[in-house]
Amino acid sequence: MLEIKNLHATVGGKEILKGINLSINAGEVHAIMGPNGSGKSTLSYVLAGRDGYEVTKGDVIYKGKNLLDMVPEDRAAEGIFLAFQYPVEIPGVPNTTFLKEAVNAVRKYRGEDPYDAMQFVKMVRAKTKELGINDDMLKRAVNVGFSGGEKKRNEILQMAMLEPSLAVMDETDSGLDIDALKVVADGVNMLRSPDRASLMITHYQRLLDYIVPDYVHVLANGKIQRSGGKELALELEENGYADYAEAAA
Amino acid sequence: MAPRVDHAQKIDELSETLANQKYKYGFVTDIETDQAPKGLSEDIVRFISAKKNEPKWMLEARLKAYRHWLTMPEPEWAKVEFPLIDYQDAYYFSAPKSMADKPKSLDEIDPELLATYEKLGIPLFEQERLAGVAVDAVFDSVSVATTFKGKLEEVGVIFCPISEAIERCPEMVKKYMGSVVPYTDNKHAALNAAVFTDGSFVYIPKGVKCPMELSTYFRINAENTGQFERTLIIADEGSYVSYLEGCTAPMRDENQLHAAVVELIILDDAEIKYSTVQNWYPGDAEGKGGIYNFVTKRAACRGRNSKVSWTQVETGSAITWKYPSCILQGDNSVGEFYSIAITNNMQQADTGTKMIHLGKNTSSKIISKGISAGRADQTYRGLVRVSSKAGGARNYTQCDSLLIGDQCGAHTIPYIESKNKNAVIEHEATTSKISEDQLFYLRQRGIGEEDAVALVVNGFCREVLQQLPMEFAVEAQKLVGISLEGSVG
Repeated sequence: MLEIKNLHATVGGKEILKGINLSINAGEVHAIMGPNGSGKSTLSYVLAGRDGYEVTKGDVIYKGKNLLDMVPEDRAAEGIFLAFQYPVEIPGVPNTTFLKEAVNAVRKYRGEDPYDAMQFVKMVRAKTKELGINDDMLKRAVNVGFSGGEKKRNEILQMAMLEPSLAVMDETDSGLDIDALKVVADGVNMLRSPDRASLMITHYQRLLDYIVPDYVHVLANGKIQRSGGKELALELEENGYADYAEAAA
Repeated sequence: MAPRVDHAQKIDELSETLANQKYKYGFVTDIETDQAPKGLSEDIVRFISAKKNEPKWMLEARLKAYRHWLTMPEPEWAKVEFPLIDYQDAYYFSAPKSMADKPKSLDEIDPELLATYEKLGIPLFEQERLAGVAVDAVFDSVSVATTFKGKLEEVGVIFCPISEAIERCPEMVKKYMGSVVPYTDNKHAALNAAVFTDGSFVYIPKGVKCPMELSTYFRINAENTGQFERTLIIADEGSYVSYLEGCTAPMRDENQLHAAVVELIILDDAEIKYSTVQNWYPGDAEGKGGIYNFVTKRAACRGRNSKVSWTQVETGSAITWKYPSCILQGDNSVGEFYSIAITNNMQQADTGTKMIHLGKNTSSKIISKGISAGRADQTYRGLVRVSSKAGGARNYTQCDSLLIGDQCGAHTIPYIESKNKNAVIEHEATTSKISEDQLFYLRQRGIGEEDAVALVVNGFCREVLQQLPMEFAVEAQKLVGISLEGSVG
């Protein structure tokens, strides 16, 4: 599904990613762990196509297409979803309006008819029920006045509505209490299927108790230093990232 | 968060492309016209009055205003810049020739005119209209048609062109016209009083809740011609009306003047809700052409418990100079002003309101949302005045400005004068920039950049958009989107 080859990227002229190689197949859950400043968030922004994150070398092939040629909205429509570490507030825009615009924009890209108001409401209600999210959240302005936990739940709701092929979770677990963490995990697990994949970016092992990854990679100093199974996360929890910091230096 | 190097550059591109937005109503209707000779003089004033078969008192009033106009200086306090207007280089009356025969029904109206309104999305055949809205269609200097007149008359509501009102109900016109905005008020108002052509007259009788929305659609078509709209609305005791006003004009290289006067009179326990969607041609990206929209709008809440609510969405015009105001004379009267102003390219807007508290326990609310892009410059100018007798007066003002790009300007100039110790006056103001974070977030969810901008701006304006009657709200929301179209670099 996703093939990252020797990816180098700079931010503000400074090289952050220094040759990432990673392949993710449909049906797999990968976790990328690493110390602060290792390039974890940069990788997620590069995949989503954020301005200012410049790829200087390498390729990213997604579903057989060159991902790096696409604008962010097309990447989203092709099924890439980024759950933000810091979801953004959009004052005055009701969550439903936002969700409907997003879902219909993606449908339009795929040549499907847009949902009308009734169809949409039905669909969104079904999702909130499934995820145990209060419908009040739909009426409120996007992320405005949301607690940290509510913001993350809202990310999961958006993900559930957009049904992405590849979900990238950027430190979605940071600052979450156990209940919110469970909602996030349930959301990701709900979407687990043989034709989807996810990439969990996290500093801590905690989230991986709830979303068990197939593969764990250690990112340090802009490169994947080591890959392994889920047991690697536990090892990191015990020993920290000190070894890799040294390896990088 | 990670640094964003080319944020500034990105926003520049965005505002540059914003500057190339398309104006959708720029077409010209090719039609034979009956025009006054070019220029302005007493003879022209007489010509207009004669064209409208006006009684002598009306002509006298026009001449008085004209003579006063000659002595008045141009208002110079607004933060707008433009060359001195050559009043002799314009036409002051232009009407489709076919209107000279006073068509009795829509069937007798020139199909070309009907087609024009069709194209503007304002079909004049009643069966094609959404049921709840009556329309007075003003084309250059004349009213082409007024729909649902019969149905409104059944409940005693008078809705007709002002020239017809001068014939039909002269006493009311004499009593109220100029009573809120006298010809001495300012130079543009004096000019209007001298050469006004058409506009709407509305009278809502005692205790009547107008059964449908009333609306006037102003279209400027003729070249080099000014439009001088005059609107007078009287809400008698205990009545209610919601009135809407829309405007468009062709794309032309020269500037055209629209100097309007709108007067509202609200008696005891009555309420007027007045909404405007102003979409005059704004000129091109270099600032060539466009309408000068110099408008004096004022409401007099004369009765106890009377209420007026102004809502305006100003997206057009090269220059907007407009301050819909409320004179809160009656005890417990309420004035509201909700405004969205979008300026782009080289557009300039100096707009706001005046709330004059004279009666006891009067209250006013001002919500102003300004969006500036391109090299546009925008000013909110608002006066809140509380007289010594207005015990218990309250005002709440909120002014928010949103900037797109770094070459535009937004200014907030509140004037607060209180002569009463127990008045409560609150003022809040914010200025923000459309953020790259918001745009990226929306785009990551599949929403294209143009739509993302429109969504953020609509959200910013939501409080005001919600004040509009449903049909207009949808139109205004689309207009916000359209005016931001072409924003992807």
